[in-house]
Amino acid sequence: MSRLPLEKKVLSENDRVAAELRARFAQHGILCLNLVSSPGAGKTTLLERTLEGFQHGERVAVLTGDIQTDNDARRLARFGFPVKQITTGGACHLDARMVERALTNWRLEEIDLLLVENVGNLVCPASYDLGEAAKVVILSVAEGEDKPLKYPAMFFRAELLVLSKIDLLPYVPFNMASARENALRVHPGIEMMEVSCTTGAGLGSWRNWLEARRKNARPQRIERGENAEILRFAQDDK
Amino acid sequence: MHELSIANAILDSVRAEGARRPGARFLKVGVRVGELSGVAPDALSFCFEALVTGTDLAPLALEIETRTRRQRCPECDRTFHVVDFDVTCPDCGAAETRCIGGDELEMVYLEMEDHEQTAAGKESPE
Repeated sequence: MSRLPLEKKVLSENDRVAAELRARFAQHGILCLNLVSSPGAGKTTLLERTLEGFQHGERVAVLTGDIQTDNDARRLARFGFPVKQITTGGACHLDARMVERALTNWRLEEIDLLLVENVGNLVCPASYDLGEAAKVVILSVAEGEDKPLKYPAMFFRAELLVLSKIDLLPYVPFNMASARENALRVHPGIEMMEVSCTTGAGLGSWRNWLEARRKNARPQRIERGENAEILRFAQDDK
Repeated sequence: MHELSIANAILDSVRAEGARRPGARFLKVGVRVGELSGVAPDALSFCFEALVTGTDLAPLALEIETRTRRQRCPECDRTFHVVDFDVTCPDCGAAETRCIGGDELEMVYLEMEDHEQTAAGKESPE
């Protein structure tokens, strides 16, 4: 009997496709965000409010994943931006290959913000890199404040925690301080913000965060220097 | 329950190794699973067994080596295992320590029958 050392990631095939996607996003100066949460935390509603805030002609696109139905894509298509539904047909998460396939007919040079709404699930999507710049985890106050401790993998990998539905705080026994403390225990330094898509509270912070990240995604284009107009646009932002 | 896809990915890798080594008979695959990987070892074993049974790979076994979260203290350079999410340095008490492991999901080794053994295997198992 002999032992063959392997030392490779179990999901190396997914990681390979994700790395290709990440390189393509960088090449086109696209900020890709992977939105994750349990079902019903408000991913689609946050996206609705986000798209609603963009001017017509903004270079934004959305991929939305669900096990069944294209309800979310229909909700999000109302805003006039490119939206595509990925129906996983049973799988509890999106993987890099699904994102790659969904992008096949899109012109990436026309996009600079790609929002990917993952399947509602706080476990499985944590394992799959989609080539995103960051995972954003959404936790609604209608859930328990111990969610970060119960699903550490997800909160550990997310860069930003959006605490949603804060308009419900007077009616639910949610302890915000302890939710924040739990998130920091799992992921010291995780960024956090509180929003309500119903009242609009906190949506400004969310948009500012998005815009700051979008600016960071741009320098790649300047380095390539093949589009003078974009170069000027980026400089104007300073 | 993405353990089924994880188990499938492991078997894809085993098959790829098999294609590179015609005639090789694999006995066991070793996988490292960190507590922050989001993968439940028991569920993974269950799915792995379900996928292997009745195929050409049977009776391939899965050995899971679990890993706890590990942190390093930037102040005193101590590395330690995290218990109950407490990432404070047990030596110097520094509150901000860096995670250096615990999210592993890796294939570690493949155990296979030696060729001589494979040839003789039919007459004298073991």
